[in-house]
Amino acid sequence: MYAHLFQQTGTLIKLILRQERLKIFIWLFSLVAVTLAAAAAYPTVYTDEQSRLAYALTMKNPAMIAMLGPGYAIEDYASFGPILSTDMLIFSVIAVAVMNILFVIRSTRADEEDGRLELIRSLPVGRLSYLSASIITAVITNLLLALMIGFGLYALNIEGIDLAGSLLYGFNLGSVGLLFAVLTTLFAQLAETSRGAMMLSFAALIAAYLIRAVGDVSNETLSFISPLGWAVRTDVFVGNQWWPVLLSSAAAVFLIAVSFYLNSIRDLDAGFIPARKGREHASPFLQTLFGFTLRLQSVNIAAWGICILLISAAFGAVMGDLERYFADMELLQAFFLAEDPDFSLADQFIALLMAIMSLFCAIPAAIAVLKLRGEENKNRTEHFYGRAVSRTGMLGVYVLVAVLVSVLMQLLVALGLWSAMIAVMEDPISFETIFSAALAYLPALWIVVSLAVLFLGAAPKAVGLVWFYVTYCFIVVYLGGVLDFPEWAKNLSVFEHIPQIPLEDLSFKPLLMLTLGASVVSLVGFLGYNRRDITG
Amino acid sequence: MSLVEIKGLTKKFGNFTALDDVNLSMNKGEIFGFIGPNGAGKTTTIRIMLGLLKATKGEVKIFGKDAWKDAVEIHKRVAYVPGEANLWPNLTGGEVIDLFLKMRGGGDRSKREELIKRFDLDPAKKCGTYSKGNRQKIALIAAFSSDADLYLLDEPTSGLDPLMVRVFQECVMEVKAAGKSVLLSSHILSEVEKLCDRIAIIRKGKIIETGTLSEMRHLTRNKLTIKTKEPVVSLDEIKGVHNIQEHDGELSFQVDTEEIDGVIRFLSQFGIVKLESAPPTLEDLFLRHYTRAEHADSQVGGR
Repeated sequence: MYAHLFQQTGTLIKLILRQERLKIFIWLFSLVAVTLAAAAAYPTVYTDEQSRLAYALTMKNPAMIAMLGPGYAIEDYASFGPILSTDMLIFSVIAVAVMNILFVIRSTRADEEDGRLELIRSLPVGRLSYLSASIITAVITNLLLALMIGFGLYALNIEGIDLAGSLLYGFNLGSVGLLFAVLTTLFAQLAETSRGAMMLSFAALIAAYLIRAVGDVSNETLSFISPLGWAVRTDVFVGNQWWPVLLSSAAAVFLIAVSFYLNSIRDLDAGFIPARKGREHASPFLQTLFGFTLRLQSVNIAAWGICILLISAAFGAVMGDLERYFADMELLQAFFLAEDPDFSLADQFIALLMAIMSLFCAIPAAIAVLKLRGEENKNRTEHFYGRAVSRTGMLGVYVLVAVLVSVLMQLLVALGLWSAMIAVMEDPISFETIFSAALAYLPALWIVVSLAVLFLGAAPKAVGLVWFYVTYCFIVVYLGGVLDFPEWAKNLSVFEHIPQIPLEDLSFKPLLMLTLGASVVSLVGFLGYNRRDITG
Repeated sequence: MSLVEIKGLTKKFGNFTALDDVNLSMNKGEIFGFIGPNGAGKTTTIRIMLGLLKATKGEVKIFGKDAWKDAVEIHKRVAYVPGEANLWPNLTGGEVIDLFLKMRGGGDRSKREELIKRFDLDPAKKCGTYSKGNRQKIALIAAFSSDADLYLLDEPTSGLDPLMVRVFQECVMEVKAAGKSVLLSSHILSEVEKLCDRIAIIRKGKIIETGTLSEMRHLTRNKLTIKTKEPVVSLDEIKGVHNIQEHDGELSFQVDTEEIDGVIRFLSQFGIVKLESAPPTLEDLFLRHYTRAEHADSQVGGR
């Protein structure tokens, strides 16, 4: 009796797959490739029992638990399955969630906002068909991912990575992915714009990560609120618990029902969070190009800033536990850092954390420039270039905003870490160390920003390559050691050229070189931007 | 001196030739109509005039300055209205208008308020909630409250209701009265006919006709309907007569404008009882150009 609501869902699935197939392929291929490459690398890195034990010991501290999840009992690390799961699972789950959020936003709110859904709904198509087509496509994508990763890992034939564990690992990724896809369909009903829905979805993902991080360290019950908390509790490759997969799937089914209900009672183009009235006149600040650009991006910048501050503070907060933990483990420290006794594990952790957080901060900085491409795609730059605004001036303002964002984000990283650390640590790392460690990464962020300018100016269709580069840098920082990258491949990542304070001393030469490099690359971008056609 | 001077303008997108040797000139104080079907190259021409796209070949001068190199200088005296105004969903209409005025380098405050009233716009609403017509009003208000010398209007009335179209036409006449120039690209031929001094017709990237409406009419045919005392014989042998049709004892046919004198002399010998003459509408001209051009594509020789 409800069949009419779902009419022609099959046709719409084909339509959505047709639009998304390249993106889905790239995502699935990258996820599977990175997972398999990492898994295949472990036997060559951790060749003997002792090195695996050493790995286990580094993972068994509050900072790593906050970052990656509770992990396993130390003796379980004798085989490679738990190493893979500890190293890769949480970040893979986050990547899969991001893929699902982006995909669902495109095929729900964005299609509705741009008027495509209106055309489709005017055809003999059920009211819930498009939403169900979008959800079914997400199911197909996540199922494919689960099977590819599951059988792919098994096919590597590595000790400790058996079929049951591999399939659970794959389905763990797929089920959490689906849960975030469905959660996004729910937010797509609530918010009136695709931007709003996207921000709610990412906020939910970040909240899930933070709740899990705090819960895993302090109170396990808290972790059970977060789907990411479920995901790290499968005990995959050892106990193989399937309940987290079932729980995610059940939650997804429940949320699908809620989305369908909300979708069926709301009007096209409407949401449940209403739009407010605004001002009749533009403030003098908004009337400047800078003020206007800042206004367009303010919500975005604020959202990124808050989440970066929270994540840094969360890591700062576990530093107290980390300190106490190390105090108890003097023996371990002696064993571990024999080669470099000057630095504590806390210092090493800060250095790694700074690299990862800086990469994370490069994202909002690059977005601040790429926004101009988005404006062009939406035919909004013609309003400016049709008036007395020069291209150099406009791009210059966007670059200025990006540079300010990069400084702000790095300051927030340092502030979050430091303020939480002084509250919990008896012997906190000094303010200067933390701030110089964070600010030293600015030139690397500027290189990423300058690449965004380069692509925007010289190859506007290829701006997506900026994200490839950031992802590559992340893989180098996080997996460079494990995957045994050759030196030149590591050097491709600018983040490798930054002095790793507190492990290394601050030296200005590489920073100046990178800043100079960023200026030259940006200059090429500016020249290209002044020469090319503006499409709208 | 011409206000706008386009010479030998060619624009290619890859292998596709969007504009092919376009020549145009606009004089000061003139309302210039620019008509042609979808995809003919109107918007591309306007975007090149605005320096958004770079000409592959040819010269585009506005106020005697190069449209690409001196874009910013030129735009201080230009107001542009795109065919579809995409605006920022989280800014209000009022904010966008202020912003646009500022970007051009100031505008007339009282004019802004007056136009908001005349176009019946609520400036406190967010752009995301406006209909297409209301978004178009924002672009129009921003353009007409600025003190420009040249108005580039690319299908400016799409989405407007008939009352608002009238307000728009008043605005165009007001800027003309103030000695400003307007380029009006439009599909609404009655509007172009009503407002424009000169017209260019573009098709597949080529300008196929330029001139005043009366000049264009001169090149084409008038439609005559007559009734005579005695039956007209051998009308079809007279030079310049086409498409003869008989209906209720009346004859209607088309006459080449330059042959009209001879035709009337011939007809008068049969004792004219009734004579109606209708000049061709722009729509007739337009359709004739198109059908003829289609014809010319298949048969070399044309007219």
